[in-house]
Amino acid sequence: MSRTLQAPVTVAFDYTRSTGPVVGRFLSGLRDGVVVGGRTSAGQVVVPPLEFDPVTHEATTEFVEVSSVGTVTSWTWVPEPVKDQPFDRPFAFALVTLDGADVPFLHALDVASPADVTTGMRVRVRWAAERVGHINDIAGFEPLAPGEAEVAAPAAASDEPVTGVVTKVSLDYNYAASPEESLFYRGLNEGRIMGQRCPTCQKVYVPPRSACPADGTPTEEEVELSQTGTITTFCIVNVPFLGQKITPPYVSAYVLLDGADIAVLHLILGVPADEVRMGMRVKAVWKPKDEWAYSLENIDHFAPTGDPDAEFDTYKQHL
Amino acid sequence: MGKQPAAIIGIGQTHHRAKREDVSMAGLCREAIDRALLDANLTLDDIDAIVVGKAPDLFEGVMMPELFLAEALGAAGKPLLRVHTAGSVGGSTAIVASSLVQAGVHKRVLTVAYEKQSESNAMWALSVPLPFNMPVHAGAGGYFAPHVRSYIRRSGAPNHIGAIVAAKDRNNALKNPYAHLHNEGTTVESVMASQMLWDPIRYDETCPSSDGACALVIVDEDTAKMSPNPAWIHGTVMRSEATTAAERDQVNPQAGRDAAAALWKQAGITSPIDEIDAAEIYVPFSWFEPMWLENLGFAAEGDGWKLTEAGETAMTGKIPVNCSGGVLSSNPIGASGMLRFGEAALQVRGAAGEHQVEGARKALGHAYGGGSQFFAMWVVGSEKPTN
Repeated sequence: MSRTLQAPVTVAFDYTRSTGPVVGRFLSGLRDGVVVGGRTSAGQVVVPPLEFDPVTHEATTEFVEVSSVGTVTSWTWVPEPVKDQPFDRPFAFALVTLDGADVPFLHALDVASPADVTTGMRVRVRWAAERVGHINDIAGFEPLAPGEAEVAAPAAASDEPVTGVVTKVSLDYNYAASPEESLFYRGLNEGRIMGQRCPTCQKVYVPPRSACPADGTPTEEEVELSQTGTITTFCIVNVPFLGQKITPPYVSAYVLLDGADIAVLHLILGVPADEVRMGMRVKAVWKPKDEWAYSLENIDHFAPTGDPDAEFDTYKQHL
Repeated sequence: MGKQPAAIIGIGQTHHRAKREDVSMAGLCREAIDRALLDANLTLDDIDAIVVGKAPDLFEGVMMPELFLAEALGAAGKPLLRVHTAGSVGGSTAIVASSLVQAGVHKRVLTVAYEKQSESNAMWALSVPLPFNMPVHAGAGGYFAPHVRSYIRRSGAPNHIGAIVAAKDRNNALKNPYAHLHNEGTTVESVMASQMLWDPIRYDETCPSSDGACALVIVDEDTAKMSPNPAWIHGTVMRSEATTAAERDQVNPQAGRDAAAALWKQAGITSPIDEIDAAEIYVPFSWFEPMWLENLGFAAEGDGWKLTEAGETAMTGKIPVNCSGGVLSSNPIGASGMLRFGEAALQVRGAAGEHQVEGARKALGHAYGGGSQFFAMWVVGSEKPTN
């Protein structure tokens, strides 16, 4: 058995980018089937336009339409494309100086093999079937044979200026619990709550840390904790939010298990939210055993024991 | 050789709004930078180094945004540093910038901090569920609400103290043209009547979600001579502590107490409440005003709420707190700390406009972040420090 428990986790969001007027002008151009550059104070035409001039630092205000035909100035071969790259087959990334521009612009070049690419070769934009005001409105560059011309883009669907783009970000992680946390989660899979005691300060941590946060000493002595504890403090979550797993309102409380020196955050049920109190005595209520996994979620919630509340002095140092 | 004197001679901020869809991240930063440079009567060409700060990258989904921002910020050919200490980052970024001047490394440093919250959703970004764990986290409000409850229990404060703070800061914001919220007619009663979000924190006791930026120009003694009203730096302190530790005091954190003690000593201040004329304190949830008044040493432990209740933190009180409207009225997270530092400097420069405290000579700027784990603070004065 591996020392540590691991599980996949995906962090994903569709970010809403404001383009500002300069990048917005460039993207509006792509949507309309034209490539727009910006003129710098030194007279150079840069594609995409720079938001601010590199010399004067003023915002770029002079825009120039350049050709969709240009010359490859450098390139690299992508033999094994990964997810979300411009093509799902091998292709080149190329720096292309479009006719009318002074500096190159990076995009994909759709050719079958590296033998089909040379620095100095002429290429043209291949427009995407649907253009929305995004860099992918250019599907890529393609070789331009002698005598061929640029390809005119079909008319655009809108003439509103582009002011924003949606950028989908999705990151896949492999979340690895530490060996000490793994001990804790394995315990939960057996119906036990495990902690560790710091040999220096004698404080019992749950979940266990690999080292005591207060004095840095490695924690080794394992301690099984009581399933009963005291609510030190709590809040009632009334607000819904994106990604929320529990339907509000719910009570999120710090529960100081008997024998522990730090509280764990958990859910309180079995009592109306407005009757939950600091000092209330609670016990772990487990899910049915056949639903257990390596998770703190095996404890469905904590519920009142019905015992008298703990005295404030017994838990005030944990606030 | 000790520290070199350093002063703030330029302060700029954006008009903070829920969504600044008219500008990019670079445009947002430049709006603040251009105002700060204009105030300082300098241009980007006069600047030696640039220090940028913002809160977690997940808020905009751009890893290391300082890379793509470098040219727009005027950093090409100059040192560019990025600072990150969660919500306190605006404060610690200003301190890193000031230390470059105080160390004699640079003469003119530009610092900028920003957040463009409208590009995503901070509540989501702060509550991403982790495997094996209980998904009870509910953003910053859900994190801090239990500790607010602990403060109320420990101090015996009446329930309406948080509402007093919220009503005061929202009314102060009416005097600040840059503030995000301009909620006319906010009263203690209207705050108390607002929805309970994370009991005991109500809707009106919560900061908004803002797009915004703040920039400061921090310079050496020679350059400061060209300014009619430099704000001199009298002390800067940062402290951090473990997020979780047994018996860690989350109401009155040790790192904050230690930072404040070191700050007052550095600034030669023996009685903060008597010697500080205006304080800009990081209060994202209203109850943090009395909590930080105690943590900073303006009041004894358990007595902070009494200053609030007596009106002593109002603009006309003994220790005016957040005359700008504070974080409760504008919260571009990464910039919020720098706004506190900048607003403190505006006060001692006599440049705070309608929210100016008459004759302010020494002011506090304060920021905190993480789970009350990072602290950054400075004292600025109208006179050059003598120590």
